Amino acid sequence: MHIHKYEKWWLVFGTSTLIIFLIIIGVSAFHAGAHPNNSKWTIDYEKVDEIAPFDNPGVHKVEGKDWDYEVVLVASAFSYTPMEIEVPVGSKVRFVATTKDVIHGFEVAGTNINMMLEPGYVSELVTTVDKAGEFTIVCNEYCGIGHAMMYSTLKVVDADDNSSH
Amino acid sequence: MTTAVTNKEIIKEKQLPKGKNLTTKDRLIKVDRKDAKLALAHMYVAFTALLVGGLAGLLQVFVRSGAFQLPFGIGYYQILTVHGVLLGLILTTYFIMGFQLAAVSRTAGALSNTQRKLGWIGFWLMTIGTVAAATMVLLNEASVLYTFYAPLQAHWIFYAGLALVVVGSWIEGLSQIMRYVQWRKENKGQTSPLLAFMAVVNNLMWFVASLGVAIEVLFQLLPWSLGLVERIDVLLSRTLFWYFGHALVYFWLLPAYMVWYVVIPKVIGGKLFSDALARLSFMLFLLFSIPVGVHHQLTEPGIDGFWKFLQVVLTFFVIVPSLMTAFSMFATFELRGRELGGKGVLGWFRQLPWKDSRFLVPFIGMVAFIPGGAGGIVNASYQMNQLIHNTIWVTGHFHLTIATAVVLTYFGAAFWLIPHLTGRTLTSRMNSLANTAGILWAVGMFIMSGAMHIAGLLGAPRRSEYSTYGGSEQAAEWISYQFAQAIGGTILFISILVIIGVVVNLLWFAPKGEEEFPVAEVAEGGGSTPAILENFKVWGVILVALILIAYTFPIFDILSNSPAGSTGFKLW
Amino acid sequence: MANHKKTSDDNLKGTLYATFGIGIIIIVIWALCFNLFIDRF
Ligand code: HEM
Ligand SMILES: [Cu+2]
Ligand SMILES: [Cu+2]
Repeated sequence: MHIHKYEKWWLVFGTSTLIIFLIIIGVSAFHAGAHPNNSKWTIDYEKVDEIAPFDNPGVHKVEGKDWDYEVVLVASAFSYTPMEIEVPVGSKVRFVATTKDVIHGFEVAGTNINMMLEPGYVSELVTTVDKAGEFTIVCNEYCGIGHAMMYSTLKVVDADDNSSH
Repeated sequence: MTTAVTNKEIIKEKQLPKGKNLTTKDRLIKVDRKDAKLALAHMYVAFTALLVGGLAGLLQVFVRSGAFQLPFGIGYYQILTVHGVLLGLILTTYFIMGFQLAAVSRTAGALSNTQRKLGWIGFWLMTIGTVAAATMVLLNEASVLYTFYAPLQAHWIFYAGLALVVVGSWIEGLSQIMRYVQWRKENKGQTSPLLAFMAVVNNLMWFVASLGVAIEVLFQLLPWSLGLVERIDVLLSRTLFWYFGHALVYFWLLPAYMVWYVVIPKVIGGKLFSDALARLSFMLFLLFSIPVGVHHQLTEPGIDGFWKFLQVVLTFFVIVPSLMTAFSMFATFELRGRELGGKGVLGWFRQLPWKDSRFLVPFIGMVAFIPGGAGGIVNASYQMNQLIHNTIWVTGHFHLTIATAVVLTYFGAAFWLIPHLTGRTLTSRMNSLANTAGILWAVGMFIMSGAMHIAGLLGAPRRSEYSTYGGSEQAAEWISYQFAQAIGGTILFISILVIIGVVVNLLWFAPKGEEEFPVAEVAEGGGSTPAILENFKVWGVILVALILIAYTFPIFDILSNSPAGSTGFKLW
Repeated sequence: MANHKKTSDDNLKGTLYATFGIGIIIIVIWALCFNLFIDRF
């Protein structure tokens, strides 16, 4: 088998580029912890309303944990509970969400918060919300006729607007 | 000897269309008449699917612009299911099976009666399945989109219909493989015809991959939609689907690569760059197309980060054969362009036959594959997937890859394949119409796909009809891009109409004559082909090992960790 | 159709530039997206 000199150069260049990409995302994931949702937490999707923390959806300030706030969110066809989430800018937030029926998406538009919500599983993601603003939360997995009507809002507000922080 | 034919059918030389680079004996080698009939049957279905699916696409962009509502209570997601199933599954599978059959018959020789009969059985099974599934979609019993994720539950006939499509394609693939095996027996120790070899690789990959969706349908979706079992393991069904789903996109792509590697060099009057490298890249596709499906599940719960990342690494390996292909293509073009007197670093480029639709239309596809491939690397980059997952960026991405690179190559092939099969010719008028369609496609897709990519980065979700999301400012921004998509989509639809016009002409109205089935020969000094490349046992063992490495643990994990299953929902 | 000898001396300069050009496009697109990812929370 004969390979032209330039083809060797190209394959070396291309393959090294790919390896560099892999190293960058690998280090950023396994060293700096930038993983997507990999939660293994399971739940009875038919009893979500009775099971903590989903019996009390909303924003909760927490103490003694790695994060300052817990946002608990329940998706069902075709709405999110709660309809509005407010957290202070700069706080570390753990988003915990699940579905009561079919698969839904949980995407905070314009951010990296993007995860699938599947029946029987709780999805979670921890992040520091370091930009103030209003972000629309949309369902990005087809779930039925009202799919595009499903939304909520994440408000990241200046810290002094919020008495508890 | 890549163009070897055993029982070749030499037909008498007739008048050849002018202005084409036909001088070798190859133009005389025809697909067997009976095989041609079977291949043509596939083309009828494929291009009908294009027309109806394209119309659905047009309606989608109109609805999403906010300026139009579907009449007669037709649902947006019903239309979207039609679009995805007809274009993503039916157009592709039929074109592929018809093209591969013709390619095998052309290069390895006519099918035996048994082989051809199998081909027809497969064709009719696929067609019964298509009609069954389509009926359920039209009755609004199956608005579950072409990926049919549980626990949304369609009518069982929809799943059974799709299963028949897969089984039919297996039988057709089998008949092609049988012809190849026969050739190898009759020509011991020789290198097999490249096109036939490639068709066999694609069929093998398809068998191994579609096993996943077959298991999903037979053991999960069918019993569940029939009411035999109440619950379904959702994550398992998705994992089986995507075990199949990524290879599916390579099943679409490889026939396009067959055209790029073997047909295009001949069309431009050049030679195959390297037989061995072409085979090697196909074997690499066989190995790495399957153990990578989890890259579609990067933001899902229930699968460990380590295993997701492992499949990301394997996904990056599957980029390498595409890098090889890019080099081969440019090298073929450059060698030919220089032969024709092109000077300097890029002078050869102008020498290429830009007015020949058999070259221009697939070439536009190749160009689209560059941003398409680059976007794909972003999609596969583990945590970066969160940037675009299930946004309209993804739709923009695969309209560049499948709906431009792949289908324009199919169309470019249809422009010689259909007249070759019908005994007609591509007139220069039709040729320029075909070029117009290619250019319209490029313009329309640039607008539509570009707008989709940008809107996706801004967060606009895919698979979503028009919505203001309660007056959200972000959504207002997305809608302005949806207008642009409607403009691009309209241009695309016009292009589809032109293509259908050309195809109709080639099927029934074009002047009788001989159209060449172009098959390139290897460049002299292109090097010999190591026999290992045709040793399917070796590659098969590596393939199974890779699949076991990539999937054993995640599937074990899913099964042992799984919550109670889900009942079915019909929410449309 | 000249009988072309394909050896390592074939002039494939244009191919070299074209493929490396593709590589650079890939790197730029990927880097822009990675940057966007890092930029967002
Ligand atoms: C007239 C030309 C076309 C137009 C206007 C068009 C438009 C669209 C639009 C707007 C969507 C996304 C809708 C949404 O996510 O809500 C879509 C999805 C899709 N398109 Fe096209 N498209 C065209 C041609 C094609 C072709 C030729 C193919 C494939 C060969 C194709 C395959 C698909 C697939 C597989 C989907 C995904 C469906 C899904 O998400 O369930 N399209 N198309
Ligand atoms: Cu939804
Ligand atoms: Cu994939």
